[in-house]
Amino acid sequence: MAETVLTNPGESPAQTAGLRGIADDWSSDQRAFKNVSWGKAMMWIFLLSDTFIFSCFLLSYMTARMSTTVPWPNPSEVFALEIAGHHIPLILIAIMTFVLISSSGTMAMAVNFGYRRDRVKTAVLMLVTAALGATFVGMQAFEWTKLIMEGVRPWENPWGAAQFGSSFFMITGFHGTHVTFGVIFLIAIARKVWRGDFDVERRGFFTSRKGHYEIVEIMGLYWHFVDLVWVFIFAFFYLW
Amino acid sequence: MVDVPYDARADAPPAEVPEVELYHPRSWWTQYVFSQDAKVIAIQYSLTASAIGLVALVLSWLMRLQLGFPGTFSFIDASQYLQFITMHGMIMVIYLLTALFLGGFGNYLIPLMVGARDMVFPYVNMLSYWIYLLAVLVLASTFFVPGGPTGAGWTLYPPQAVLSGTPGQDWGIVLMLVSLILFIIGFTMGGLNYVVTVLQARTRGMTLMRMPLTVWGIFTATVMALLAFPALFVASVMMLFDRLLGTSFFMPALVEMGQQMKYGGGSPILFQHLFWFFGHPEVYIVALPAFGIVSDLISTHARKNIFGYRMMVWAIVGIGALSFVVWAHHMYVSGMHPKFGFFFATTTLIIAIPTAIKVYNWVLTLWRGDIHLTVPMLFALGFIITFVNGGLTGLFLGNVVVDVPLSDTMFVVAHFHMVMGVAPIMVVLGAIYHWYPKVTGRMLDDWMGKFHFWVTFLGAYLIFFPMHYIGLLGVPRRYHDIGDTSFIPASTHTLNAFITVMALIVGFAQMVFLFNLVWSLFKGRPSGGNPWRATTLEWQTPETPPGHGNWGKELPVVYRWAYDYSVPGAAEDFIPQNQPRATPALQGAAP
Repeated sequence: MAETVLTNPGESPAQTAGLRGIADDWSSDQRAFKNVSWGKAMMWIFLLSDTFIFSCFLLSYMTARMSTTVPWPNPSEVFALEIAGHHIPLILIAIMTFVLISSSGTMAMAVNFGYRRDRVKTAVLMLVTAALGATFVGMQAFEWTKLIMEGVRPWENPWGAAQFGSSFFMITGFHGTHVTFGVIFLIAIARKVWRGDFDVERRGFFTSRKGHYEIVEIMGLYWHFVDLVWVFIFAFFYLW
Repeated sequence: MVDVPYDARADAPPAEVPEVELYHPRSWWTQYVFSQDAKVIAIQYSLTASAIGLVALVLSWLMRLQLGFPGTFSFIDASQYLQFITMHGMIMVIYLLTALFLGGFGNYLIPLMVGARDMVFPYVNMLSYWIYLLAVLVLASTFFVPGGPTGAGWTLYPPQAVLSGTPGQDWGIVLMLVSLILFIIGFTMGGLNYVVTVLQARTRGMTLMRMPLTVWGIFTATVMALLAFPALFVASVMMLFDRLLGTSFFMPALVEMGQQMKYGGGSPILFQHLFWFFGHPEVYIVALPAFGIVSDLISTHARKNIFGYRMMVWAIVGIGALSFVVWAHHMYVSGMHPKFGFFFATTTLIIAIPTAIKVYNWVLTLWRGDIHLTVPMLFALGFIITFVNGGLTGLFLGNVVVDVPLSDTMFVVAHFHMVMGVAPIMVVLGAIYHWYPKVTGRMLDDWMGKFHFWVTFLGAYLIFFPMHYIGLLGVPRRYHDIGDTSFIPASTHTLNAFITVMALIVGFAQMVFLFNLVWSLFKGRPSGGNPWRATTLEWQTPETPPGHGNWGKELPVVYRWAYDYSVPGAAEDFIPQNQPRATPALQGAAP
């Protein structure tokens, strides 16, 4: 069931045209999305639902920011670092973004090698992805620590609207939790790849379902999503 | 021409999905408790939802006792009254109706009706139930914590939900929000399963446009829930932070007991937007499965194909989509730009179109049908009438100028109890009478069922019709004692006492139903596999109740839509979906 079977490519009789045809295609026999496995379909729909969660978080933050009567702290200044005597705005965020986007690259390579059934390269690339993700979370922890030392709290901060701290900790925290879960699952799946579980279609401990290399791709979908969400957080929280 | 025997099974489309490896339970625990079988999970969901629903029923009695005979019951004070209304509303809407329709009926019926062996990911499905149970336990625990459950009203509007004047401020509100967050996590796990099972795991021949409307209703409601619950999730997380960490997402600057509070700059209206972006689709998350189920009940028990099947499907989808752009009609009195009021009133009234299509189609299905007044049919008819009545008052409340004077009166209470309380409950009850034989192999007792129906149906009208009138007089909701107010005539008190007596009677009729459920389990008449002579796949299983894997050795193949009742020339007045056609049919032709 996890593996996909090609749809019968034979000519189907009585194709209808126009909107009715579109509806018929969507509602066709057995599967709405041909050649999409259950796991992949489920991940896509979960990500759609998760998109609504992040959208609600971001919209709430924007509402707070637009309606506040107190000045909003300038993110370029708040997130600036002194490095070797130079005052560089947003430098840490820039590095974090670079690290996370690079991890999407290594993830895509892992998916590619997974489908070539290259056990070792897949596992190594997944571990590199996990390491980059962990680095991201580490830098976020550093950023949180720095802000907390400077007196930023969820309920107040030295520079202006209290909602700055609340939104910051809530949104980056929720995103960081997503990254952390991703890292845990990356390591777990990398272990399975390394052990060769997907080559012998070993059954899962809880689910007793056979394992397939497609799981690497489904993991990749999640990882790219978390990456994409970060781009929006970066744009709306740091660059605005 | 030579008459070649025609093998329809060979003509059916080839299987696109290989057979599933089912999880086989190894012990009593994995078979009945930590079961991964959707049917067992469905029963677990249903029993848990019914148990917590009984708590909500008792709460409604206590509320009615207070309203009907104010001052008589010294053990109900103003705070407790508020706690009762909050818990009653929250339990009924989310923990009973949502869980029962989607977790209960969804789990039982989706795999059986689309011809699958189980949900696509049974392990995740099992987790869904256990997290739901945890959410229910957390919710129930609020009755036993210091300060009791929250009394913020089921809408939990800030700032009052977080302030110390509201009962349950220390523990109640925190546990309520935690419970909601758990519910949403658990629901998402189940909901993903229902959606993917419908989209990707149907049996051969089962196109979406051949699915019974029950599955369409549950499927659309689940998709909506997956998109609407995120808003409630976010609102709950933010309010939890406001309460525990002292953030000010929803809390403006406030003075409490002469003290300036630490809060400042938050927007209570933001919470209302988030809440109702969830809250309005929630109405249809409860209503759409009811629409679907009632279509099947009417078609089966009137022995007639559903009228306008395609239109029914599009009406379900259309209502689902529209319900995401009407949420602010709950907020007319919160204040908004008149143009927004105009927009939301317009979208609200547009929903009446697909809804009216459905009502007409139900009536036209009944028209000249061979109507059997069985208990499920009685409940289905009761639903149509109740839903139309409740829907008409919705037109009043959807208009800004009419809503403003009626807002926060008992008229609103009567409206939503008719339309999303009584009406869906009617369908739940009718559906239980309809599918109980499949779940247990025995019929529910008919006499007790008819008694249950008539008392519930007439009683519900005797409760809620006077309530509309009381609301028009201006009696506000959420007041535990209206006392003597000049604009409220004294006769209102008599009417309130009458409503209370009726509420108690209807409540006790439900006890007859519960007794029937237990009694029939042991003493009911054996039903056989297809007592209603219905066409849909769940009645064609080799065993009743269906065994593990549902279908025995081979999956059924579907050759026709779900509504071949009273086909002219057919041997019987119904043709099951898995009965082949006599001659090769053109594939892709209309169902």
